[in-house]
Amino acid sequence: MKKDIIIAGVGGQGIVSIAAIIGYAAVEAGLFLKQSEVHGMSQRGGEVSSHFRLSDKEVASDLIPQGKADIIISVEPMEALRYLPMLAPGGWVITNSKPFINIPNYPDIDLILGEIENLPNHLAFDADNVAKELRATKSANIVLLGAASPFLDIDYVKLENAIRLIFGRKGEAVVNVNLDALKKGRDYAETYQLTASI
Amino acid sequence: MKRLLLLGDEAIAQGAIDAGLSGAYAYPGTPSTEILEYIQHSKYAKENKIHSTWSANEKTAMEAALGMSYAGKRALVCMKHVGLNVAADPFINSAITGANGGVIVASADDPSMHSSQNEQDSRFYGKFAMVPVLEPSSQQEAYDMMHYGYDISEKYQVPVLLRITTRLAHSRAGVVVREVKKQNEMELPKDSIQYVLLPSNARKRYKILLGIQPSLETESENSAYNKYFEGSDKSLGIIVSGIAYNYLMENKNENNFSFPVLKIGQYPLPLKMLEKIAGECDEILVIEEGYPMIEESLTGLLGKGLKVRGRFDGTILRYGELNPNIVASALGIKEFKPMQVPDLVVSRPPALCGGCPHIDSFKALNEALDGLSSGRSFSDIGCYTLGALPPYESINSCVDMGASITMAKGAADAGLVPSVAVIGDSTFTHSGMTALLDAVNDKSPITVLILDNETTGMTGGQFSPANGKIEFICKGLGVDERHIRVIEPLKKNHNDNVRIMKEELNYNGVSVIIPRRECVVTLAQKTKEKRKAAASK
Ligand SMILES: Cc1ncc(C[n+]2csc(CCOP(=O)(O)OP(=O)(O)O)c2C)c(N)n1
Ligand code: SF4
Repeated sequence: MKKDIIIAGVGGQGIVSIAAIIGYAAVEAGLFLKQSEVHGMSQRGGEVSSHFRLSDKEVASDLIPQGKADIIISVEPMEALRYLPMLAPGGWVITNSKPFINIPNYPDIDLILGEIENLPNHLAFDADNVAKELRATKSANIVLLGAASPFLDIDYVKLENAIRLIFGRKGEAVVNVNLDALKKGRDYAETYQLTASI
Repeated sequence: MKRLLLLGDEAIAQGAIDAGLSGAYAYPGTPSTEILEYIQHSKYAKENKIHSTWSANEKTAMEAALGMSYAGKRALVCMKHVGLNVAADPFINSAITGANGGVIVASADDPSMHSSQNEQDSRFYGKFAMVPVLEPSSQQEAYDMMHYGYDISEKYQVPVLLRITTRLAHSRAGVVVREVKKQNEMELPKDSIQYVLLPSNARKRYKILLGIQPSLETESENSAYNKYFEGSDKSLGIIVSGIAYNYLMENKNENNFSFPVLKIGQYPLPLKMLEKIAGECDEILVIEEGYPMIEESLTGLLGKGLKVRGRFDGTILRYGELNPNIVASALGIKEFKPMQVPDLVVSRPPALCGGCPHIDSFKALNEALDGLSSGRSFSDIGCYTLGALPPYESINSCVDMGASITMAKGAADAGLVPSVAVIGDSTFTHSGMTALLDAVNDKSPITVLILDNETTGMTGGQFSPANGKIEFICKGLGVDERHIRVIEPLKKNHNDNVRIMKEELNYNGVSVIIPRRECVVTLAQKTKEKRKAAASK
């Protein structure tokens, strides 16, 4: 088993939390992992990404080689496209369709979504909106993790446990909201897969 | 067997704690910041009174660590690569005094300059100081090297340099940890003048340092961190160091090759191992993260004899961080054609946060300078350096910490009047105070803006050693009290702030303006914590 995952977004969008949750779940599953993330200057509203490598064998490189990522999980649609060179043939892109516009020259969002539509394996939806419906505006990242969860080869329960562990000190309400967010994302992906396979 | 999931930085911290650390000293700097932060959050460290508060700069950190070593205890100093420039004086001299309790200096390099002004390679400092250098390839090695590093530091009575690069610092993996060692008891040096570097004693000490060099090399030769992997295909021999080893292995797993490989993790370089690989292979490829340091020592000045490939001959790009693809192409592995980034994707440069106090300071400064010729604002390093970019374009320099005030002074000396310096609070106490003293003593016509957001913002909001002290420091250094102006950078105060800046720009001497308002990020964190504390009552 081997999964190479790129987690992408803009500084402050909760990339590190997604990585931390998968990390804890992977450790619980007894898998080897390496996960590199961006700290420093770019966190100030710049583009950030995390390379996440899971395997049942020892992982060598901390960085995923180009063209080897099985999944790109992106909290922002343009950021999903930025890492396409990392994607393996047949790899999946799971992305938020809601843009985060903090630059004056942000491209036409319809063109961005059009590029994503053209990818063979993609799942794009407004995760901000799903989070808003749950009254958990800050949990769009967890919704996306939920949507990516069927592709991860990690027990769903282990992801839930990781959320309990990581958000536990913030209180039960925060834990539950994030468990709901995870579930909503998961449901979305499963419905989509069902319709796609028909 | 206890296994922890740790960043490279955290593995260093945990390794130090477990190896019997008594004190860690550091000034924040990406990618080294998380080392000290981890120790600050460690319950064990708190219970066992391991020192872990921030120092004013890297030099004070290095010297405090040397003091702890003098007293016989184990000390750690952490910094980013350019911090070692600041700490260079005590660092180089600490090799001459030698160590009593073990000392490890952890310096984190930033190839590709993700968050830095340059990509200097700390290993040169180790060579320069003639101390052992350790360069881990993994989080586990980083952890283990702390134990080993303190042991050799005490065995040879010499500080040890641990060099990492961004990718290892900020990459997480499982680390198996060991039993915690007890801290050393206090024990002063046996030789009461060991640390007195008067020429007569310094000459003696230097000979001692030169004298241990052969043993340090033998130590490298036998080290578990320098490994020779035999290979049957001798058309090429690969020398690889630090994290580059992982990129090599990634390629080896995919494309089996059987070249001999020499993995370097400890310096001085193991000469016998180098002789072996050079002797049995037709050609050598050197893969190292950073400057071509091993490569240069192999080729020498004339490069006669040995056929060496690497960063000098263009096999590997001369600059920048390595990755598995760069290593693949150096090995001649056929490049895979990846998907392209669609043309419409634009870059997203970092920017000041919405509501950042620096925004109001720059808006006021731009208006106050309106009418004067441009190019007179010297600045420094911090979040406010982003004021160089549109829409502000308020500053004209960023060189090294503290350089704003001194450069403004020099430019004023040259006739650029008024000259402006823009510096952050933490940067001011790091390296701006002596600069201000020079300006005061010379009565230089400069206006210094000390942007006081009450934190060290750029690196994540650490405690700022300047907190609550800035006006008093300026006054103490001799700035005329009437020309120390504290303002609040808010939109509603814009006109007043512009007026005050103009007044001080017109003053023919040293004036200091302190725009004071807390960083919105740390403010939000504090408010959240307060609310949580109130809720739990
Ligand atoms: C010698 C050196 N040490 C550390 C750093 C890393 N560094 C860059 S900016 C900065 C913080 C500056 O804080 P402050 O001056 O208060 O400005 P702010 O970011 O809060 O606006 C640090 C620690 C560096 N570039 N050089
Ligand atoms: S972190 Fe603080 S100082 Fe830095 S840009 Fe954001 S608000 Fe400004």
